[in-house]
Amino acid sequence: MEEKKTKGQILWELREKVRQMGPERHKKRIKEQGKLLCRERLKLLLDPEPIVEDGLLANCLEEELPADGVVTVLGKINGRDVCVMANDFSVKAGSWGERTVEKIIRIQETAMRLHIPMIYLVDSAGLRITDQIYCFPGRRHAGRIFHLQALMSGLVPQICLLSGPSAAGGAYIPTFCDVIICVDKLGAMYLGSPRMAEVTIGEKVTIEEMGGSRMHCEVSGVGDVLVSTEEEGIEAIKKYLSYFPQNCWQKPPYAEPRDPEKDPRELEKIIPENQNIPFDMYEVIFRIIDEGSWFEMKALWAREIITGFGRINGMPVGIIANQPKVKGGVLFVDSADKACRFIRLCDAFNIPILFLMDVPGFMIGTAVERQGILRHGCKMLYAVSEATVPKISVVVRKAYGAGLYAMCGPSHEPDACIALPTALIAVMGPEAAVNAVFYNEIQAIEDPKERMKFVREKQEEYREQVDIYKLAANLVVDDVIPAWTLRDELIKRFTFYQNKPGELRYPKKHGVMQV
Amino acid sequence: MAEIISPMAGVVAEIKVSVGDEVSPGQEIVIMESMKMMIPIEADKGGKVKEILVNVGDFVNEGDVIVVLEN
Repeated sequence: MEEKKTKGQILWELREKVRQMGPERHKKRIKEQGKLLCRERLKLLLDPEPIVEDGLLANCLEEELPADGVVTVLGKINGRDVCVMANDFSVKAGSWGERTVEKIIRIQETAMRLHIPMIYLVDSAGLRITDQIYCFPGRRHAGRIFHLQALMSGLVPQICLLSGPSAAGGAYIPTFCDVIICVDKLGAMYLGSPRMAEVTIGEKVTIEEMGGSRMHCEVSGVGDVLVSTEEEGIEAIKKYLSYFPQNCWQKPPYAEPRDPEKDPRELEKIIPENQNIPFDMYEVIFRIIDEGSWFEMKALWAREIITGFGRINGMPVGIIANQPKVKGGVLFVDSADKACRFIRLCDAFNIPILFLMDVPGFMIGTAVERQGILRHGCKMLYAVSEATVPKISVVVRKAYGAGLYAMCGPSHEPDACIALPTALIAVMGPEAAVNAVFYNEIQAIEDPKERMKFVREKQEEYREQVDIYKLAANLVVDDVIPAWTLRDELIKRFTFYQNKPGELRYPKKHGVMQV
Repeated sequence: MAEIISPMAGVVAEIKVSVGDEVSPGQEIVIMESMKMMIPIEADKGGKVKEILVNVGDFVNEGDVIVVLEN
């Protein structure tokens, strides 16, 4: 006679069954698509122990809905506590029902209560329309997920790995995060699917074109980091988190200091004296930061500005650098948005900011005015003013017009604004200034040679007027240093500034930032 | 066919290729002057220059096609 199973055995078997996730045929299809299964992702992401899972038995009376399609756990990444939500695509394509939504809300509430980072592993077809009245419109329904994300923003880091679809309202989960790591060819997010677009507006496109990872990282700017595999994406989560504290009240963790990948003594050779000749700003960055410490945000979008995390002698810093090699380093609507977003991210989590300036200013012309360059420029300036973390701005070469302000020039309360001898700070460059001031005189000179001579003389006079030593003598900049000492100078200064309290300046609800 | 597009408004300062030239990815095709900066425009992909749609001194807007390559 077969022995009767104990209650404990029955429960144990059920728990094991739920951990097997959805039906085999679904799991097989997921593997065929080259994707990881939900619990495989968690295994790669988290330390093996300790892990606690809530809601394992959600919807356990339904045969085909193990855990109701989402796994919510507390675990550790390199010893640090985190909350994780992971959609299970093997369960009805990771779609959301009533318990799915409740579980997501609860793990968010846990992260808020414990003040620890919240990680979203997104791979979901969206809301189950058949269940909509139980999970769409109400107080603790899907809308609350986004509401909590907004409230958590800046309280704890929110990180998203996009390794599958994220459709319609669901696409706001990634977008509300501080960072979206997008897996090429697997990840996609969009408000309306290609099928819906075809029916509704008559547009025929592929998922890739509509909202693929690459599109979002190169074109829309919604994505932050493009990775080629999920494994790489999971490593990116760990690296990103290494620059961040657990919450906004803590300081970011330091790492073991390392020498830079490239020799800082070569800096002077790299920066051309002729302001109009482009150079590659990465060559400066890799001579300042510790080797292997670079983590770039939105590397493929608005490339005329570079934003990323690095370490200087082990200290984490956010770097915002103009890239003269792309579009001359001119600020456009997208570059201003990119910088604004990055500054607020650093400021929210007490990460000091380094500005590396070589900026001809904001773009001019009808095209950008129509795009609202004023609105976008305002955002960047606003974020710079708002930021109370240690800020150092370095005038590497030119800093013209509002570009100086946007890159945290002296008016915007940097802890220090330091210049290299190649610096040229002015309302505009010599060419533009001479044209503006002497336009009539220049036009009146008929002989081209004479005209050229006149222009050259005036440009030279102008250069003398804004000579960097004059600015140093007038205390506009705090110091002028040789390029080869830049890294050492930054190490000393950031160390002195590290305990800056960085509290809010004025008691108010919030400002009215342009958008 | 691959089009090389002007990334920003400006004036064509120098054209560094001729029709029929083979170009490789990353090669400078045109130098534009904009905001008093000399801005190199590079080919994303390699190919043979099929058509050059601008002359030195032309004003081009963001998004204008400046050179057409055939693969």
